[in-house]
Amino acid sequence: MATETLTLGKALNVGLRKALENDPKVVIMGEDVGKLGGVFRITDGLQKDFGDQRVIDTPLAESGIIGTAVGLAIRGYRPVCEIQFDGFVYPAYDQIVSQVAKMHYRSRGKLNIPMVIRIPFGGGIGAVEHHSESPEAYFSHTAGLKVVSCANPQDAYVMIQQAIASDDPIVFLEPKRRYWEKGAVDLDAPLSEAYPLHSARVARAGTDATVLAYGPMVRTCLDAATAAAEDGRNLEVIDLRTLSPLDLGVVYESVRRTGRAVVVHEAPSNVGLGAEIAARITEECFYSLESPVLRVTGFDTPYPAARVEEEYLPDLDRVLDAVDRTFGW
Amino acid sequence: MAKGDPGASTRGRRATPRSRKAATADPELVQLLTPAGERIDSVTGPDGTEYRVDFTDEEYRGLYRDLVLVRKLDAEATALQRQGELGIWASLLGQEAAQVGSGRALRTQDMAFPTYREHGVLYCRGIDPIMPLGLFRGVDQGGWDPNEFKFNMYTIVIGAQTLHATGYAMGVAMDGKTGTDDGEAVIAYFGDGATSQGDVNEAFVWAGVFNSPLVFFCQNNQYAISEPLERQTRIPLYRRAAGFGFPGIRVDGNDVLATYAVTRHALDNARHGQGPSLIEAYTYRMGAHTTSDDPTRYRIASEVEAWQAKDPIARMKAFLEREKIADASFFTEIDEQARREAVDLRERVLAMPNPEPGTMFDHVYPNGSPLLDEQRAQFSKYLESFEGSAH
Repeated sequence: MATETLTLGKALNVGLRKALENDPKVVIMGEDVGKLGGVFRITDGLQKDFGDQRVIDTPLAESGIIGTAVGLAIRGYRPVCEIQFDGFVYPAYDQIVSQVAKMHYRSRGKLNIPMVIRIPFGGGIGAVEHHSESPEAYFSHTAGLKVVSCANPQDAYVMIQQAIASDDPIVFLEPKRRYWEKGAVDLDAPLSEAYPLHSARVARAGTDATVLAYGPMVRTCLDAATAAAEDGRNLEVIDLRTLSPLDLGVVYESVRRTGRAVVVHEAPSNVGLGAEIAARITEECFYSLESPVLRVTGFDTPYPAARVEEEYLPDLDRVLDAVDRTFGW
Repeated sequence: MAKGDPGASTRGRRATPRSRKAATADPELVQLLTPAGERIDSVTGPDGTEYRVDFTDEEYRGLYRDLVLVRKLDAEATALQRQGELGIWASLLGQEAAQVGSGRALRTQDMAFPTYREHGVLYCRGIDPIMPLGLFRGVDQGGWDPNEFKFNMYTIVIGAQTLHATGYAMGVAMDGKTGTDDGEAVIAYFGDGATSQGDVNEAFVWAGVFNSPLVFFCQNNQYAISEPLERQTRIPLYRRAAGFGFPGIRVDGNDVLATYAVTRHALDNARHGQGPSLIEAYTYRMGAHTTSDDPTRYRIASEVEAWQAKDPIARMKAFLEREKIADASFFTEIDEQARREAVDLRERVLAMPNPEPGTMFDHVYPNGSPLLDEQRAQFSKYLESFEGSAH
């Protein structure tokens, strides 16, 4: 089998299948995850092969999904919960923040909640309201949760399995507009030798400025780097991959070389991940910086109507504009 | 103390004298022991179920001992709070029978999900009563192992635990642990206020559609802090169950015998795969919501007095005396035991050490976090900077 070309969505599907095969305690639960295979078909075919006790169509209530998954976890199961869209996670917010995140701590380590909460997130698909949000800062701010996002099919396949195998509760953010993008996936590489889950990685090596992104914006930034190269500017793009905890060692190393950093995310800038990353780069790389750390983000508005989302979302030109500004300082 | 399973004993059963097969004054309320301490032999519930208990004299005395000890330890905790030794305390005063009756109805393999007031159930599960005091003293966040005692941690967010109980019960069914006499059942505790929560209603939906082996045990103590039952519901709470497709029943929550009978029946139905049910234990919170509350602002003395006349311990004592199951020396002995245990509790609470500050970094994640390691190291270095200084 070795290497196959898969979409990001299919890579997740195959990763979930592997997790179900490898551990009888893994259960998938969510709205429409069974016969339908989920609205994005990420769980396609899994109920048919593993049965409705392993792939559970739940009643339509997000707090119920997460709350019952807490109970299943206490019972010894490893629930993988699908929240259908980013904007629908908020009814479950209390269970996630007050229960999932704190159960291990409150019990002084006696209880583990090895839960994965999968959320298709971000915009760019022309959707109606509540279907294009980027809620990562809420969860990254919450002690007891870990938050990751994949940006390509290979990572999707590996990271979903790593997240399920982890005893930590993990919010797994899937870049929904990249579900259909294809890439090579090594299906046989053993998980134990895979790149660690909570580690950032250089997606494109460069020398002139460091561009930081995760999830859907990694592709945007790689495209920006290609365009910049045509203008003679060599950008380093880092895929953060883990949003909580952040893994910034590779970022500091890069910024000390380039002297310039631009953080890119779809979520609004105010009190967002970009602010935290900028603060920490400033603390660690102060004497190396040639310019302030800049942010390219969604605006501090509610997510706008789909016909203007292209203006709302960071794109290649806005990334390059920010890079230019770091050189103009 | 009635150890776990009074109903299973066959020694010295007592044919209840002057028993009568009668409906109680309130046809909606299952009662086996009147406020005056008169035994009712059996009661037939709305679905034809006959509720009765069949205890030995020793088991009756054991239930009485549980009620008295639980009340005394609770009173000691209230006193400790008044003396500044606990940050806050949520008293169970008045609800002893609801908790001991349901707590003793649990079989060893059953799992309980409490709120923050189930000190009586905790006691029945064999957990050291000092454990919740650590939480309310602020030295830890509870300390027992939920899986060892089959009693989850206290849950303070109202109603959240009902979903945990439901998921756990789904797991029991998925593990194939229902359908036999030694099957497992789960009980979810919550109050009248919680029935307005979305989580509780979602738990009802879930448990219903998945036919989970679960008993929803609502202690209706008439108040959610200051708000009376009428602010939560237009119909009796137990009738809500009908809308979710499973049985609901109201029991006299100040009657330890009826509470035991009704809970044991519901748990056994659950463990046999017959799905969830709702029990509304009709009771009264005699004290404040917590030690921070002032109930004189929202309820009148005559109401409290009326419930005082239905006291769960007084009626059990009257029954034991009337039937000569216990004599004066027994009651003296129990009071003395309760006093000793309360003194012991007090001494151990006062001896509880404050946690080392560095322990706040422990157990945030099973797999740890480099960010926390960094903060812990920085904090430790910061503390070290004071060593040898006068401050």
